[in-house]
This record gives sequence, C-alpha cells and structure tokens, in this order.
Amino acid sequence: MTNLYREEILDHYYNPRNSGKLTPADLVGHETNPLCGDEVTVYVKFDGEKIGQVKFEGSGCAISQAATSMLTEYLVGKSRDDLEKLDLQTILSLLKVQVGPGRLDCALLPVQAIRNAKHRASTILARQT
Amino acid sequence: MPMRNVRNDFPIFQAQPGLVYLDSAATALKPQMVLDKVNEYYTQYSANVHRGLYPLAEKSTEEYEEARATVARFLNAEPNEIIFTRSATEAINLVAHSFGRHLQERLPSNPARAAKKGRGAAIVVTELEHHSNIVPWHFVTHSTDAQGHSEQRRRVTEEKDVKLIWWPIEEDGTLDLEVLDSILENEKVGLVAVTGMSNVLGALPPIAEIVARAHKAGAKILVDAAQLAVHRPLDVKKLNVDFLAFTGHKLYGPTGIGVLYGKIDLLESMPAYQGGGEMIREVRKDCVTLKDSPHKFEAGTPPIAQAIGLGAAIEYFQSLGIDEVSRHENELTQYAVEKLSEVPGLTILGPKERGPLVAFTVEGIHPHDLATLLGEENIAIRAGHHCTMPLHAALNIPASARASFGVYTRHEDIDRLIVGLKKIQTKFVRARQKV
Repeated sequence: MTNLYREEILDHYYNPRNSGKLTPADLVGHETNPLCGDEVTVYVKFDGEKIGQVKFEGSGCAISQAATSMLTEYLVGKSRDDLEKLDLQTILSLLKVQVGPGRLDCALLPVQAIRNAKHRASTILARQT
Repeated sequence: MPMRNVRNDFPIFQAQPGLVYLDSAATALKPQMVLDKVNEYYTQYSANVHRGLYPLAEKSTEEYEEARATVARFLNAEPNEIIFTRSATEAINLVAHSFGRHLQERLPSNPARAAKKGRGAAIVVTELEHHSNIVPWHFVTHSTDAQGHSEQRRRVTEEKDVKLIWWPIEEDGTLDLEVLDSILENEKVGLVAVTGMSNVLGALPPIAEIVARAHKAGAKILVDAAQLAVHRPLDVKKLNVDFLAFTGHKLYGPTGIGVLYGKIDLLESMPAYQGGGEMIREVRKDCVTLKDSPHKFEAGTPPIAQAIGLGAAIEYFQSLGIDEVSRHENELTQYAVEKLSEVPGLTILGPKERGPLVAFTVEGIHPHDLATLLGEENIAIRAGHHCTMPLHAALNIPASARASFGVYTRHEDIDRLIVGLKKIQTKFVRARQKV
C-alpha cells in the first residue's frame, strides 16, 4: 500500500498532537471542506514575536487531521513571518508524501483555517484604526 | 437463462487489466459496438442533420432520428415526446425553466384547490434527490445571487410564488406515501420531482403509487431516472409519468447525451428552453415562429454522434435481455450485501429492497481514505456525498463510500473489494492500537 498512509500519518490521525482549545487565543481559525465533511479549528497564541502555543480541534479524513496535527507541532516556536508564509509546500514537506489532486484540499485544510484566522485578525485591526 | 459474459465486449478491460470497476453509478464503461457506431458517424457520413440535401446529410438525419425512435421504443413513448439534451441534468433544467416557472398559472382549478387559496404553488422534492433534481427547482423557488446564496422569493402576494417542499425519508431510507398524502392535502402542489432509484441508498420509490396520488391532487410528476433507466424496464405510458429524464453515459452510451421524455400535450404547451437554429420555423426581425416538439426544444446542432451512440447503447443493453440483466445485478447485489455485512465495523446504508449499488461507512476510517487506498489497488469506488448533501445531512453522516454494479461486474470484483477493505482495516487498526 501507498506511502500516503504511512505510519507517521496514521499515528497523527489516531493520536493527534496539541489537541484541544486555547482560550484566550490570539488567533482562531476555522475551515470546513463541505465536499467530504473535514473540519478543523486552529488556535494560536503568540509569545512575543514567536508562536507560543498551537492547539486544534477537528474531525474528518486521515490526511486533513494528520496534516493539522503535524502543522501544530511544526508551528510552535516559529516566527510570525513563518505563519505568514504557510502554504501547500509547507504541508507537503511535513506529510513527506505526494498528495493526489483529489486530496489537496484535505492537506490544505489547516493552512486555510489559519489564513481565515489571520484574515479575521487583520480585519479587526483595520476596524480599530 | 443466465446473462452471457460481457466483459470481452468492453475494450477498457484490455487496456486496464486487473481493473475492478465498482463505480458504474457514476458512469458506465462502454462496449465496443457503441464506440464503433460513434466512430462510424464521424468516418462514414459525418454530416449535419435536418438541413442538408445531399445523401450524407440524409443519412445523418436518418440515423439521428432513428436513435430518437430507439429511445422512444425503449420508454414506450412516441418519438415527438423524446427530446435529446446533453444530460439528465439539462433535461431537468429544461422542465424547471419551461414548466416549473409557470406553475402558478398551470394549476387546474378545482374545489379542493380553491380551499387552499392564498397559498403559493409548491414543488415537492424528496430527501433522496441528487443535486440535479434539487438545484433546478431551487432556482425556480428562490432568488439567488451570484454566489448562489438564496432566500425564498420575497413574496409580493403569497398567490404568486412557487415554493419548495421537502418530502423527508423514513429511518430505513424509504419514502412514506402517507407523508406525501399530507403534503398534497395541505399545499397547492404543482409538481412532484422524485428519483426512480436513489444513487446512494439504492431505494426504489413506488413511482406508480406516487403518480396516482400526485395526479389525483392535480399535480404533475417528474421522475429522475438516471439510475432507474439502467436497471429496470421503463414504460412511461404504464407509469403515466408526465416527465422523465435519464442520461446516456450511465447506460453504456457516450457522455454528452441525455433524454427528456414529456407527455406531448405538456410539451406542446411549454415555451422553448433555448433558442437558436434548428428549432425555428421562421425568423423575421420582429417575429420568430417555432417548430413543434421535440425539435422546439433542440436548439442548435444537436449532439449527433452522441445520440447515435445512445441508440446503439440501448440496442446493446436490450440485446442482453433486461430480465437477464436484472437477475445478474440483483444476484450480485445480494452477494455484495452479504459479504459487506461480514466486514466488522461496516454499516450498509439504505433499505433491504434496493437497486444494484451499496453505500456504506466503515467505523474509524473516512470514506475518502478508503477510496484513495482502494484506488491504489486498482479498485474504483466512489466516496463523498455523491451529489446528495441533503440526504447525507438527513443520515447525519458527512460522507459515505459506494460500490455500484453494471452488466460487466462479477463476483470476483466484490471479493477483491472485501479483501481491499480488510487490508485497509488491518493497517488502520494497527496504527490505532499503538497508543
């Protein structure tokens, strides 16, 4: 069978890291994939210029949940700039596998959730100025 | 008599040895004779239809109209009641546009209806429906913006509006006729749009009974036969349906061809759907006159090769014997249900009495993961919501996996599916246990 479901990915799926909420959080981002029912909510707390804590809640397919779990591990200790630069490549390098076109949205789910959070944060900031 | 072995009729099995194709409900594989007939159009006569005066053009017209006659015989309808579209979806959109939008004016007056005065006309759809038999009606009954967000049309007066009413499913996925009775009694129903066979649950709504009740209440009925036409004999006169839609590519025919059947008196009373060449009698600067049905509803150069291919597909299908096909598919379905029931943690969706498909969920493994992994073993199943989001919401599941069968499906395909599922389970369970 494929590497897409290699042991590390299934491990993250069944034993997600950083599972839970963060209240209060600096960023809360949510994304669903209505086509297959995947969803994630990601919570980020900064520690100065670095990312202090990341947690997530979610349900869905192995790819989306494992990708999110891996992403939360990756993000802790990274800079705000790293958060800005999050993209498909980041996820693929974490998953360390080829993801077919039909599953790209699954892999991108946590990235999209964080983009949604950042969008909301900057909107709030804009309103305050 | 058992159905003959047809696998050699389908060239894709040479191109893809080892393919276990369990997604016929999405689209059917094609027999060589259909491909030959399509190719014959392009290589042997190839002309446009209805206009030309040279022999090749006459041949094209003859073959195209002969395909229409074949479809008519397939449904026990008249050729002028058969409209070629590009899909079942387009066929339903045609009815939504040319009939659904004018529902209020069409409702016959009778004392029972007068009692419901003050309520807008209603279109009934069921929770089983495929999006193609929901969204066209949604567009009729709701105003939508460019993003598709909608609100029920703001009512100027209740009288003028057409509204959408949902007929929910029972726990086992069947439809309760008493629920329909209640809807028909309380609302001014102009049309009931119902599937002949659910593409997820395999459920087979009792069409004859639904037709009788709808007609008694003064409503018309449209049957989405995209699945049904492939697995059960259809006689539109006997069923007495007003409209019926099916699609060629699920019936071993080419993509890009669909059929709308409509009772001739209805079609004659309906305005055209699309305008253009072929469907007109005369075009003047200030006045256009149109042809009669069916040509009134076929604007522009039709999908000629595809229609001819559909005619060949129906001939192929009928040559196998509809009874033999049914027996083959029913037997396979029973086998599949039996074998799938033995897989631990697997839940089959839908009622016992079903058409040849089985949708299911597996505990702890998302359908998309199942389908991806099975795909790597050359086993093709479908996973997701199968274009039935309201149904999945009613079942309270985000997605399901589905195996569906055709004339070329055999026991071995189901056996390979079971082996594949168990292999995936072993892999996932092993990972799960490493806590």
